Amino acid sequence: MITLPEVLSLAALLFCISVAGIFLNRKNVIILLMCIELMLLSVNMNFIAFSHFLGDIHGQIFVFFILTVAAAESAIGLAILVVMFRNKDTINVDALDSMKG
Amino acid sequence: MNADLIVALPEITLLSLACLVLIVEAFSKDPLHLLTYWTAQASLIVVLALTVFYFPENAQIAFHGSFISDAMSTVLKAFMCGISFVVFLYSHEYLKEHKCLRGEYFVLGLFAVLGMMIMASAYSLLSVYLGLELLSLSLYAMVAMKRDSSSASEAAMKYFVLGALASGMLLYGISMIYGLTGSLQLLTIADTINVDAANRMYLVYGMIFMIIGIAFKLGAAPFHMWVPDVYQGAPTSVTLFISTAPKLAAFAMAMRVLVDGLLPLISDWQSILTILAVLSMAVGNIIAIAQTNIKRMLAYSTIAHVGYLFLGLIAGTASGFSGSMFYIISYALMSMGAFGMVILLGRHGFEADMLDDFKGLSDRSPWFAFVMLCLMFSMAGVPPFLGFWSKWFVLKELVASGFVELAGIAVVFSIIGVYYYLRIIKLMYFDKPDSMTALKSSKQMRLVLSVNGILILLLGLAPNMLMSLCLAALSG
Repeated sequence: MITLPEVLSLAALLFCISVAGIFLNRKNVIILLMCIELMLLSVNMNFIAFSHFLGDIHGQIFVFFILTVAAAESAIGLAILVVMFRNKDTINVDALDSMKG
Repeated sequence: MNADLIVALPEITLLSLACLVLIVEAFSKDPLHLLTYWTAQASLIVVLALTVFYFPENAQIAFHGSFISDAMSTVLKAFMCGISFVVFLYSHEYLKEHKCLRGEYFVLGLFAVLGMMIMASAYSLLSVYLGLELLSLSLYAMVAMKRDSSSASEAAMKYFVLGALASGMLLYGISMIYGLTGSLQLLTIADTINVDAANRMYLVYGMIFMIIGIAFKLGAAPFHMWVPDVYQGAPTSVTLFISTAPKLAAFAMAMRVLVDGLLPLISDWQSILTILAVLSMAVGNIIAIAQTNIKRMLAYSTIAHVGYLFLGLIAGTASGFSGSMFYIISYALMSMGAFGMVILLGRHGFEADMLDDFKGLSDRSPWFAFVMLCLMFSMAGVPPFLGFWSKWFVLKELVASGFVELAGIAVVFSIIGVYYYLRIIKLMYFDKPDSMTALKSSKQMRLVLSVNGILILLLGLAPNMLMSLCLAALSG
């Protein structure tokens, strides 16, 4: 039987991997988008685990909303990526440095 | 059910009207998009009227405790609509002049206003999240709207990644609070929260993530990295929008989550906010001195102002919260005028976003130099302008709650901050202009911007009106 702390630890681990991915990745903006998705999914896991162990349905409903918003979010993210590629001819994270100060 | 719909009537109306504007825009062939523009403006007026007309006598909760209409949300919503109206007016001018006018700007703007209104009225963590995302997603798209601008797309990308990261943090915090309290409703959370020593640690763990999310959205240091880049890179009309009405929504979110939901943890969030406030005031006021771009300088000034905003929350009393509300409303009015001035000075192919573009403004247009002087003195906190009173009320409440050292630190940083506001005044009045080009803008833009500047002065001469409104909004 899987216990609540085990699921929460897994979700926390996934969350940490995604945050680390956002800050360590210097190569590709698409990887950033993947990290963001992973982060939202780890939160979903948290919600489902709590919902299951609390016997309360609200957490699962929240997950549906997060999934929907995440889809809209990646649509906008990819659209911005296309605009950026057209202007800069690269999707390298290091190219995002024209503004300083 | 019917009663629920009445409570959310302004939001429902705005949603319908925003969809209507979208349809109008789809069939519009007008290069000036006048019909779209005026329908959008009319929508804001209608929603403003509805909000004021249905002013709730006492708090009304609807949709199974997910939505609340109370005095605070109503006052904030009225200001959001009014400020967005003026922002759209300035923006139309800017977009027309810089040949990047698209009707979608107003559609996205209306949806962003809808998101803000939902945030102001959210009474469960789910509606907080949905309102926030509706606002953020619209803003990401607005920043990227100038498609051929390299800096705008870079700013949009940074805003998107960091904004999504902030939402993720906020969600993680929400999931922890949900797990520990078994509820998403803020009212239930406040009533049933168990603050035993053992449980408290986990609650604070979840709360820290939520505060990180809120601090990101407000742009408080050390979560401010996106603010200067987005303010600088985005088209000025979008910067103007981001720096005004959404700040009211972020304040409302902080109030809902921290005060309505997590008041039992007040001693914990007071100490976290203290750190954020001191860092924001330091980073904002000190780095702003080094800027040469006025949009970037105003971005750092935003960060500093967010620090002062937190001071009222730290005070932890109803009058402290109304001080914060007064602060954020007056900040939104000042910021609106300041970016309005940047738009006024610009023309096609010339953004006027450097500090040097303000050189000798008093020779070119004495009146608008005076308007800018009012705005800068107000932001610096010089009496008798509005900005002085906002700082005064917040600091007064902070001292009344016993945080004397913190108030002292805040005063020191605000004195440092005076320098870079006065520098603009020096540039305008004591330097010679690079060119004597006449200001090119429409009558309505000049009129509204003048009213905006004078309002800062008049509200500063009679601050009690706005202050009693804020006090009444939070006394319930």
